[in-house]
Amino acid sequence: MPGKLKAKIVAGRHLPVMDRASDLTDAFVEVKFGNVTFKTDVYPKSLNPQWNSEWFKFEVDDEDLQDEPLQITVLDHDTYSANDAIGKVYIDIDPLLCSEAATVISGWLPIYDTIHGIRGEINVLVKVDLFNDLNRFRQSSCGVKFFCTTSIPRCYRAVMIHGFVEELVVNEDPEYQWIDRIRTPRASNEARQRLIFLMSGELQRKIGLKVLEMGGNAVVGYLQCFDLEGESGLVVRAIGTACTLEKISTLPATATLPSNSSPSKDIKEPVFGEEGPGVPLSSGPPTPLRAQTFSSFSPSKSYSRQSSSSDTELSLTPKTARIFLSPSTPALESESSSLPSVHLPHHFRPGMASWSSTPPPLHVSQSDTAMLRKSVSFSEELLLAASGMGSGGSAGKEAGPLKALLRQQTQSALEQREYPFFTLTSFPPGFLLHLGGVVSARSVKLLDRIHNPDEPETRDAWWEEIRQEIKSHTKALGCHAVVGYSESTSICEEVCILSASGTAAILSSRFMQDGPLETDHRLSRQPLVFSTGSERVDGDMGSTASLGFEEMVPPGCEFCHIPYDELNIPFPAQLTYCCCCRRYKVPDVLFTTIDLPTEANITGKGCLIQARLCRTKKKAQGEGNAMAISNLLPFLEYELHTQLMNKLKLRGMNALFGLRIQISVGETMLLGLASATGVYLTALPSPGGIQVSGKTPSDITYEQHISNMQKKINDTIAKNKEVYEINPPEVVEEIIGSPIPEPRQRSRLFRSHSESSDEVSEIDLSHGKKDAFVLEIDDTDAVEDIHALLTDSPTPAGFYSCNTEIMPGIQNWTSAIQMFTSVRVFRLNNVNLTNQGLNKVFSDLCENLLKSLYFKLRSLVPCCLCHLNFTVAIPEDELIQVAVTAVAMSFDKELTLENGKQSGDKSLKKENDEQLQFNLELNAEMSSSNLSSPKGLTEVGSHPSAKASSLEKASPLPEGRSRSLRSNRSYSGSSVAVVRMTPLSFIPGAKIIKYLGIINMFFIRETTSLKEEGGVSGFLHTFIAEVFAMVRAHVAALGGNAVVSYSMKECVFMENPNKNQAQCLINVSGDAVIFVRESEVEAASVHPQSAATQTSNGEGT
Amino acid sequence: MSVELDVFVGNTTIMDKEVYQLWLNGYTVNDAVTLRIEGGVMEECEVLLSDTMDQYRTFQMCERLLHHPAKLANQLLFQIPPDRQAMLIERYYAFDDLFVREVLGKKLSKGTKKDLDDVSSKTGVMLKSCRRQFDNFKRVFKVVEELKGPLVENIRQHFLLPDQLARDYAAIVFFANNRFETGKKKLLYLTFQDFAFCAGQLINNWTLGAVDNMMEDMDVDLDKEFLQDLKDLKILITDKDLLDQHKSLVCTALRGKTNVLNEMEANFKNLSRGLVNIAAKLINAKDVRDFFIDLVEKFIEPCRSDKWTSVDVNLYLTHYTNSAHILDTFKHHSVWTRYMGVIKSCILKMYHE
Repeated sequence: MPGKLKAKIVAGRHLPVMDRASDLTDAFVEVKFGNVTFKTDVYPKSLNPQWNSEWFKFEVDDEDLQDEPLQITVLDHDTYSANDAIGKVYIDIDPLLCSEAATVISGWLPIYDTIHGIRGEINVLVKVDLFNDLNRFRQSSCGVKFFCTTSIPRCYRAVMIHGFVEELVVNEDPEYQWIDRIRTPRASNEARQRLIFLMSGELQRKIGLKVLEMGGNAVVGYLQCFDLEGESGLVVRAIGTACTLEKISTLPATATLPSNSSPSKDIKEPVFGEEGPGVPLSSGPPTPLRAQTFSSFSPSKSYSRQSSSSDTELSLTPKTARIFLSPSTPALESESSSLPSVHLPHHFRPGMASWSSTPPPLHVSQSDTAMLRKSVSFSEELLLAASGMGSGGSAGKEAGPLKALLRQQTQSALEQREYPFFTLTSFPPGFLLHLGGVVSARSVKLLDRIHNPDEPETRDAWWEEIRQEIKSHTKALGCHAVVGYSESTSICEEVCILSASGTAAILSSRFMQDGPLETDHRLSRQPLVFSTGSERVDGDMGSTASLGFEEMVPPGCEFCHIPYDELNIPFPAQLTYCCCCRRYKVPDVLFTTIDLPTEANITGKGCLIQARLCRTKKKAQGEGNAMAISNLLPFLEYELHTQLMNKLKLRGMNALFGLRIQISVGETMLLGLASATGVYLTALPSPGGIQVSGKTPSDITYEQHISNMQKKINDTIAKNKEVYEINPPEVVEEIIGSPIPEPRQRSRLFRSHSESSDEVSEIDLSHGKKDAFVLEIDDTDAVEDIHALLTDSPTPAGFYSCNTEIMPGIQNWTSAIQMFTSVRVFRLNNVNLTNQGLNKVFSDLCENLLKSLYFKLRSLVPCCLCHLNFTVAIPEDELIQVAVTAVAMSFDKELTLENGKQSGDKSLKKENDEQLQFNLELNAEMSSSNLSSPKGLTEVGSHPSAKASSLEKASPLPEGRSRSLRSNRSYSGSSVAVVRMTPLSFIPGAKIIKYLGIINMFFIRETTSLKEEGGVSGFLHTFIAEVFAMVRAHVAALGGNAVVSYSMKECVFMENPNKNQAQCLINVSGDAVIFVRESEVEAASVHPQSAATQTSNGEGT
Repeated sequence: MSVELDVFVGNTTIMDKEVYQLWLNGYTVNDAVTLRIEGGVMEECEVLLSDTMDQYRTFQMCERLLHHPAKLANQLLFQIPPDRQAMLIERYYAFDDLFVREVLGKKLSKGTKKDLDDVSSKTGVMLKSCRRQFDNFKRVFKVVEELKGPLVENIRQHFLLPDQLARDYAAIVFFANNRFETGKKKLLYLTFQDFAFCAGQLINNWTLGAVDNMMEDMDVDLDKEFLQDLKDLKILITDKDLLDQHKSLVCTALRGKTNVLNEMEANFKNLSRGLVNIAAKLINAKDVRDFFIDLVEKFIEPCRSDKWTSVDVNLYLTHYTNSAHILDTFKHHSVWTRYMGVIKSCILKMYHE
């Protein structure tokens, strides 16, 4: 019995009237966990019952704690007939299992019924007592933290990034079980909701086990998806990146701890304890070493069911990475040999200093600035950096052997993993060395019934195949890792398209290796924070580090340099010297699936670029259908790619970030939607213009037509350059707007597809010898294409948009944010539409949706729609569904920084942030007491005078702004805590001080009175609002005031207007957090430090 | 080809004040779109239509909550900033003076509701809006009817209305409860604000709550004891000596201060009889209903036909009230003050030159 779950039912409010006669309700509550059920007394005749129950105690295995939700059912007591259910609340207690997350769930939670929606609220208290049991990690993985955020969470530091974890579980879909014919829709929905809850819990637990096995303590970039395969079952699958995270100390206590105490102290002990069997160190006392010592063997493990053989093989050579280093690099050799004393990182510092002062002959003198910088931050990075630089430059040849060696070194570290994949999209500085380009793989499968849920082999094998393909593409690009990796499916009847994509990259081994490597950039840049709290950074080190920081001239171009061998390019590419450093080769365009690295040097601003495509397909069955789809896919992707490229050129930009290509399959068509954020990377060459050419040059009117079009295109490019402030510093080699097309190629995108178990076929997307800048108008289709290109309506003034975390080129966000979800379903009544016609319809649908968003959010101007995430689906024949979730954030126009300063300012700001954080520690009590009780916030405002003043303020200010101003302050008359939601990993102007756990909720809503609920729009509108409300309520109950990295992963809408019915399934996820406003942090500090902070702040900004 | 479904949901509920007003005014979505295009917010009909439908849906979903404004603050479905909440409530409970003038003093019953289409066509306020306003009156009436304590305060607390609006509602409730006649032709010149002011005076001075806030009875009904006492004032007109004495005192005091002294002197007995008779009759519920019409017939009209100015009326009533206290045999000073204070301010408000 390793855990005791305790629940107390306090009260209810706003209950529905269940007894028509009295207009009242006799409510009672059933609390169920696993197979144990408790009941409260009946509270007669009230819509606001006060149960104030005793503590219901469940003594359960922690395995169950992870898998099962606490189920609370509110019922109306009926003496004569069966009790009527009012609704249910499912509470995921996972956040309570980790000491760093929430400690109690307490608050008003909406009572939800799948037929009626929210029906009142219930106030509950839930706690968990975990017993200390050494064997408790047998089947459970309590304590592993999960984050949806695809970067290192804000108040943590990555000690180690272990790598890819994946898992999937399958089950029969209750909706398709025989019993469904005789049970009510409500019972069926509830069975489904509960099953998915259970499956997600199980999945999370299993992933947690893998993480523990790898020696990690957290999963970052956790992405869980459902595949509703209909008859063939229900698949819940998840991928993520296992990490060892260390909390950046925020507790006042840490600052006063004796210097030998561990900063990782507040990480829950059992996390490491798991290492127990076979690892002697695990039993030792908590020391700062522990994380590193464990990591020393972790890269050697590989996790996959299929990899048992490699597993043993690898474990024999756990220190491969180190061995590679030794021969050529004495300094590092000593480092690796000093493993037992890794707790003294500065021990080898002197050695390193000498190293940098006497560079090995292999290094070329021109790279010394960079070397100096690197030498301060870390020796190994120095080597890698040097090698990276050597790769493209003229001097690079000499560095060949070293380079190869080092490449091998990191590579081997990665190759030990079966899949060197990372679901993260942004990384600690210095982690990402080079980017190769987008790698993607798709495969079309025929679904068959899953016979044995315990053996989900087929599904596993499918994904296996795809991942292998991704891996081989990555190798072809000369890279050893995939970053920004994600997987998705699209299902129509029995056909399923599996897709995976990511960005091939070369990573620094810094976070993947063992040893004292955790003194990374971030740490070295915040000596003030850590000099008090941690022994590892002593004064000496701090000063070196800060020195290094000052001297550091961020080149911001390194990641653009090609990772592949110039002489052995995997595809024809147009390479030029980097426009920043002029030393190394860069490609002409770069497509990636990740966020723009913070150190990137960019010119101007970015913008959302979308390629949209619709292809008709014949109706077919089974194999034939799969084949047809399979044959269509390459064309679809090719065209999407061409569109993207053209639109990118049209905006005068040269790189895409956050690229997400979604292919959706329907019975009679395929939809493709590619979204990305275009930017102008300063390092890459300026893109040439677009040249239109006709096939029949003899015709004069035709030529005129073409020259008109050419002029239009040129004008658009010029205008876009102005809008996005793209003025590259200087153009040397290329002549801008040159009508002479330059040879180029575009196959940064690798993909292929296989039908069922077909051979993997690779298709070169490059246009071959043909020049891609030239758009040939040889038929009407091409003309249409160009028209489509030009008809993308420009974003209205004051608006920017991107699908990445932040808008490249905008920094000074105000605190006004507005998250929203918008869904549109479009019916194609014209049955006989051509591809072109469909394209137009689809494109217009997206454009109109964007237009509506801009209009809706006009009060926030100047603002940027960030993380614009489009999801397309074909719910039925002739229906296209587009769902968007994004956040609008307003910014201060006046302060928009010029590009050149950005990276420097950014890092300065970061430093200040971290100093603030220290301040925060001192005031943590104050602010946390403020936060922990939402009532504390509200009580102040219930003064009549305060209220009056707030009424007066019902103001002419744009709503967003006025809202934000009062966001966290006293709320007059309101007893509901405000919960922010954002798809981003941060909240502008605020500091996240605590992650409370993952929010992963699944809801079904059904109606048999569609008309009465306002038709399909009314139905879905209510449902989405309810989902938001439930997410907010659960976050508030955890003690949080925001959800970050929020996403709506699934929105399946089905209707049958003839029967007046509709059903919708929504799955949302995110990270519950507590944040404090930076201004409040400052204002709250009365200590002398505050003055210092503010001064330094002033200097910084 | 058609948009089958189109929704937009913000974490913070987005509400456009302008669209809200259109919705409150009872415009259909299409009319609202037309008006918005004319207003120049945006030209594209499609975008506006989508936005307007969204907003209308949001308002409809909120309407249920607006019926119990206190719920708006602690519901979880919509995250609405407090200033927006206040705006929503205030505007929802706002009413057209023209409309309220029509139903003021009427019984808030189904019968009255049925006649709303006539009111709508008469006032030009859309029927939908009329119904909302009428239902608001009725809802407020029902809630405060059963509550103890000060009327205005009750309304303000239960419906979270700003002070002025709460006072107006108090007036409406008070009028509906006492069924004051306001629709007679002679009263048509009076605006709602005139009546609201008078209601305020009555509530503050003549109800039970006016004497003792803690009384279990409410502000809605007039203080029966006081009404009873008012009968004693009759002595002012029945006792001939007292009447003469009163008249001479008033006229002496007014000498040289007005141009209509002669008319005042001539009319004194008539006017005094009128006012005192009103007082004496107030004990009968039926006569309470005619309170305003009586004031107009017995006092305002005679004065107006003699071309008194407001200043004259004020002067006259001041001295008329004060002089009574000097009368030797007149003992009902407190009742007189309580009565005349209200009468004076009502008449002054109702006296449009």
